[in-house]
Amino acid sequence: MAVDDVNLEIPAGKLVCLLGPSGCGKTTLLRLIAGLEQATTGQIIVGGKDQAGLPAHRRDLGMVFQSLALFPHLNVAKNIAYPLQIRGVDHAACASRVDELLQLVRMPDAGDRRIHQLSGGQRQRVAIARALAINPALFLLDEPLSALDAKLREHMQVELRLLQKTLGITTIVVTHDQREAMTMADLVVVMDRGRVLQAAPPIEIYRSPANSFVAGFIGTSNLVRCRRTGVDEIEVLGRNYPAPPNSTRSTAGGRDAVLSVRPEDVALHTDPSDGELQGVVEFIRDLGSSVEFHVSAGGITLLSVAPPRGRPNVSIGQDVGITLHIARAALTDP
Amino acid sequence: MTRRRSDNSWHLVLLPAATLTVFFVIPFTIMLAVSFFQRIEGGFFEPAFVLSNYVRFLTPFFGKILATSVGLSATAATIVVAVAFPFAYVLSRMPRRRQTTILVFILSVLSLSEVIVGFAWSTLLSRTAGIGNLFHWVGIAESPRAYTPGLASLLLGLAYLAFPYAVLVIYPAVSRLDPELPEAARTSGASPLRAFTSVTLPIMRRTIAGALILVFVFTLGAYLLPQVLGRPRHWTLPVHITDQAIFQSNIPFAAAMAMFLLLVSLALVGLVLVVDSRRRGDQS
Amino acid sequence: MIVWLQRGFVGAVLVFLASPLLVVVGVSVNRPKRLLFPPEGFSLQWYGEIFTHDGWTNALLNSAAIAVVAGTLAVAIALPLALYIRQRGGFLGRALFALGIAPFMLPPVVSALGFMVFWIAAGFHGHILATMVSHAVFLVALPLVTISLGLETIDRTLVEAARTMGADSRTVFRTITFPLVRPYVISGFAFAIVLSLNEYIIAYMVAGFTAETLPIKIFNSLRYGYTPVMASVAVLFVMTAVAVFGAVAWFGNLPRLLGAYRSEGR
Repeated sequence: MAVDDVNLEIPAGKLVCLLGPSGCGKTTLLRLIAGLEQATTGQIIVGGKDQAGLPAHRRDLGMVFQSLALFPHLNVAKNIAYPLQIRGVDHAACASRVDELLQLVRMPDAGDRRIHQLSGGQRQRVAIARALAINPALFLLDEPLSALDAKLREHMQVELRLLQKTLGITTIVVTHDQREAMTMADLVVVMDRGRVLQAAPPIEIYRSPANSFVAGFIGTSNLVRCRRTGVDEIEVLGRNYPAPPNSTRSTAGGRDAVLSVRPEDVALHTDPSDGELQGVVEFIRDLGSSVEFHVSAGGITLLSVAPPRGRPNVSIGQDVGITLHIARAALTDP
Repeated sequence: MTRRRSDNSWHLVLLPAATLTVFFVIPFTIMLAVSFFQRIEGGFFEPAFVLSNYVRFLTPFFGKILATSVGLSATAATIVVAVAFPFAYVLSRMPRRRQTTILVFILSVLSLSEVIVGFAWSTLLSRTAGIGNLFHWVGIAESPRAYTPGLASLLLGLAYLAFPYAVLVIYPAVSRLDPELPEAARTSGASPLRAFTSVTLPIMRRTIAGALILVFVFTLGAYLLPQVLGRPRHWTLPVHITDQAIFQSNIPFAAAMAMFLLLVSLALVGLVLVVDSRRRGDQS
Repeated sequence: MIVWLQRGFVGAVLVFLASPLLVVVGVSVNRPKRLLFPPEGFSLQWYGEIFTHDGWTNALLNSAAIAVVAGTLAVAIALPLALYIRQRGGFLGRALFALGIAPFMLPPVVSALGFMVFWIAAGFHGHILATMVSHAVFLVALPLVTISLGLETIDRTLVEAARTMGADSRTVFRTITFPLVRPYVISGFAFAIVLSLNEYIIAYMVAGFTAETLPIKIFNSLRYGYTPVMASVAVLFVMTAVAVFGAVAWFGNLPRLLGAYRSEGR
């Protein structure tokens, strides 16, 4: 997979998530930064220094791999000490740094243990400690949490983010999990087919996605085809609405566009004449903490989410009225 | 009701198992018996129970053969594994098409008869058709000379014979090695060579030990190259086994030597299997 | 730079492996009946002689007959054995597997002597049938290993699915198991044929003077004087091996057949 025409600036001390479906080039980009792969053209500059021609072992970085890549022939302490020993750090300094790191990842007494004796979460921590051993300028993580089960993953996301904030280390995380990106990142970089589609803080990406791919990839969204009918007006499902404020994209008048409406911005009414649109409830999914409604309207299916206490009193097969909170929606390129 | 996977698999296996028993287990039993038999002049052997064939192991004659065999095989195995390990490692990291092409070639060389390997090397090292001639031609040597027979040419031939085998023994293990392990060493600051020696080699040490033993056993079985590329003093145990069996017509002594070779090989191969199963135990 | 170092190393090893073969190819097209390299003149007469000279033709026919019969027999023994081991496993399965690969794992000279004393005792020493059966037993290991590998790749639920649709065990074998395992059977057969063609010591000790095979003939020529036919036969052997293994690689996944799981290079 190739990476093409990527121009990114990573702010110092921040955590950046490279996010995209598998095969989008995010791992390749990370490996280019690490020096594990060579770019044919372009530059990678870290702290003002061009990294071109610098092999991986001369770059000032720590990396956590997808398989974690803990050395099975070394115990926990020796794994963490490996980057220090390579750099000729003396024995005593090495030992005290290892202790410090084990404290940091909250495994103070695990130094003597073998890798295969550790649980998934513990391995994760050892891999993080090893990558941080030399206080690198750059901390890289390639799908670091993918081997963990869902509960532990969410817990580690928070832990990793807090650790990164404490250390203030510039960090790049590759992930395909948008929740993970939303949880941890200062800046989310959405990629697809080797290109960067959008680089922005998580909430900005959520609120005003650059295009329908980003809108669909980040969270769930109703992507509704629409037309721009005037300067400040759009036509959605046969009705005119004022154009949403998040419509800075090149959707000139008379052109097709896509409106991204989040499910929480689709409201249902028991009386069909209450909303601007009318539809029929097809399916209701009660998840306890929220309720989802699938409503067919104008030939498409809209998803609406309501909190359990604000749940509209509707049932399957019922005609309902629909309100779209256009002001909170985003207008994007198709 | 008892749980049964299949209803009729036992009679399926009866014939093959019987074939292997008749044509493999029985021959070895006979060979074991013959090793205690007495040789008769002008014929094959007659039933008896004598230990004289085994007592001959204590003679300097046999000691010299054994020392030659073990020395040659150990040297060849060391050289071969030292080259085959990095070779298999690099091979396993190549694009699949190139890997397949090289593997086809390796397999073809592996399948070559010892006769052909011996002939090819004796040609390559000969005076009129090999590197001797080439060296003379480019001016390194004053006159073309033969580099065979001799110890060096024999070792070269043994290495050639065993190299593809060593690659095929090592290849599965290195191709299953997580490529991120050496990469993790690289991003930790280790140069490629250091990553290889401090991570890849230690992780693969059991594979290497196993390969050393298997290649040792493999070269221990070479029976033809010592005759073609070596001098009579380089003749190994298998050469003497064939020599005793066919030309000296002393099958009982040949059988005793074969039993010895068999037991040594079995013990060494068994050792590899035990180490291997222990490794699997570690991982689970 | 590292990449170039690696390529140089692999290249050098491949040159080492190829150089004796290249010299043999050169020698085989010599015009004069002498061992010369670089060759003097160009002639394919020594290839022709394999098929026209009685001694060589006879050896060729013997070798081919032994290889085909031994390969077929080896597969016929290995297939039911592998099926049984896969289905039942257990101690008996492991013991049978060990029995199957042992003749191949031992030093060939040991197996050869074992076969020799056996055929002397059975009264078939010197008979081509003895060579065929000995080779079959010696080579069972190859189809046994490839077929076992193939059976391991078949998902057991496929068999169970066929059962739920009403197939009895014979039908399951005919319609599911065998079609899926067939490439592995064929590769095992191919491996066995090539190795039988090249095998020397067993053929020599079992029936070396009566049923002369090509390797025996080459070695005898090597001992009693040179003829370029040796070189042309050797080239024929190398080409056969390359063709057979090339075909196996073409129709199957060779790295996987040799035990590599991560066969995709990055």
